[in-house]
Amino acid sequence: MAKFMFSKRKKYATIPSEHSKVDVPEGLMQKCDKCHKIFYRKELKKTLNVCPNCGYHHPLGAWERIESLFDEGTFKEWDQKMTTVNPLDFPGYDEKVKKDMQKTGLNEGIVTGHGLINGQATAFAVMDSSFRMGSMGSVIGEKIARAIENAKEASLPFIIFTASGGARMQEGVLSLMQMAKTSVAIKRFSDSGGLMISIMTHPTTGGVSASFASLGDYNFAEPGALIGFAGRRIIEQTIREKLPEDFQTAEFQLKHGQLDRIVPREEMKDLLTTLLEMHEKGRSKA
Amino acid sequence: MKHVLEFEKPIINLKEKIAELKKFTSESELDLTEEITTLEKRLEELEADVYGNLKPWDRVQMARHPERPTTMDYVEHIFTSFIEFHGDRYFGDDEAIIAGIAYYRDQPVTVIGHQRGKDTKENIRRNFGMPHPEGYRKALRHMKQAEKFNRPIICFIDTKGAYPGRAAEERGQSEAIARNLMEMAGLTVPIICIVIGEGGSGGALALGVGDQLHMLENSTYSVISPEGAAALLWKDAGQAKRAAETMKITAYDLKQLHVIDQIIPEARGGAHRDVKQQADYIDQVINQSLKKLSAYTKEELLERRWEKYKVIGEFE
Repeated sequence: MAKFMFSKRKKYATIPSEHSKVDVPEGLMQKCDKCHKIFYRKELKKTLNVCPNCGYHHPLGAWERIESLFDEGTFKEWDQKMTTVNPLDFPGYDEKVKKDMQKTGLNEGIVTGHGLINGQATAFAVMDSSFRMGSMGSVIGEKIARAIENAKEASLPFIIFTASGGARMQEGVLSLMQMAKTSVAIKRFSDSGGLMISIMTHPTTGGVSASFASLGDYNFAEPGALIGFAGRRIIEQTIREKLPEDFQTAEFQLKHGQLDRIVPREEMKDLLTTLLEMHEKGRSKA
Repeated sequence: MKHVLEFEKPIINLKEKIAELKKFTSESELDLTEEITTLEKRLEELEADVYGNLKPWDRVQMARHPERPTTMDYVEHIFTSFIEFHGDRYFGDDEAIIAGIAYYRDQPVTVIGHQRGKDTKENIRRNFGMPHPEGYRKALRHMKQAEKFNRPIICFIDTKGAYPGRAAEERGQSEAIARNLMEMAGLTVPIICIVIGEGGSGGALALGVGDQLHMLENSTYSVISPEGAAALLWKDAGQAKRAAETMKITAYDLKQLHVIDQIIPEARGGAHRDVKQQADYIDQVINQSLKKLSAYTKEELLERRWEKYKVIGEFE
């Protein structure tokens, strides 16, 4: 009864005035998506978008990732100008892609190329989830396949950072076939002795997790990343049961034997350097 | 006829009418032979019109027809001495996929396919043809064996998709599918894949990387079910019909997109109307494909497989 009398339910919603919105310049501060603590953008940039308070790994853009790993000025991009067409004449698809090109400054949800990581040469691909949720269409499949072929030709290792909601609906079965295309490319590369390292970042699901993301000689993930084949909602509807909180997290996948390691962002460059060195040394002995 | 699809109703009505008149003629003195002949001619035209102009959504219904022949039906008609083998050697035996060896016209082959049930009881046992990781790992085990003993592989694709369940995720559904895609790319024996019903997404593709990919005329192959696509794109699963048209999922669409090699014709009214004839149609295509592929060396086979997938996709 007393609880009811002292109920603190708000009767009004607080709408910030136009003035108060202007007070904090956009982009100066950022709130952690998990612990909601507020930080200066600059501070978060230094920690590579990892929350200094709770360790939550916020998404990292393709070029920020490249900057965080490659020796300055060594990264050379491949197929930078390749862009998406609308193979199924899907209504509204061209506009959506154009909008994301403007929003992100990228031509598609992936950057591929090669460069030096602490002096070690490697071929590289990084997906960017801010472009159509990193969904995989023809361009992404083609750029990955070409990067792998380039790596094979040049006897370079291949490192890929994945971030994708899965297949790109608007490209239908062509999107599905990119899973096959990239996997065939990886098989050829692997048979030639090539080293492939896959790092799954948040989120890596659907057709991407069920193809190249899972096909590294080493499969890593960033802490807390969502990794899985089917979506949580679909599984819950299918099996009519609530799934545990940690379902399909990187930690869940590690526990179930699906990952080699979980690697925090700050340790990534060192780990990759060591791995590249070990394989280079092993190869020169052979 | 147990299951009548919406677009078939005019045909069924006419057929019933003809049967009625025939019964009447045989039981009474009135001779209606002339009327019957007229109606039968009309039925012929109507059937040709309806089945000759199927819309994508009609084909989805055909592909999902409860009486549609399954992998096992075709195995019985096309091959001899089929021996089924079970288990993935890691976890269990997934009956949503069957695998074994058989003779195809005196040549030993490995046959693998998704297997739906014929009734509810069998469907529960076979999980409605929706595999878990152990199903894909069983399939891969048999493909590797086929390679070792130099047997061509024939895969029948017929699934709504890989099973979206908790246990499937825990045991690595993604890895199992990905592994199959990669390993199938490197098998040094001919692989012929045939979509006989629904080809649902990665769960279908995991038996679908090969040298030749064919589709039955009324089968579908898609990145997501029309219902799923409608829910994702327009937040309304009820718009599945629209999605079926927009997503380009029929054999004709895929042929146009250069994803498949051949469209295998179906018996009029669908594969379930005449399983034997349907099996003959499939048999002819398998025969042609095997002849063509057996001419290649192992190296040529792999190189051509890569060339085949390399060119799929459109971009600028």
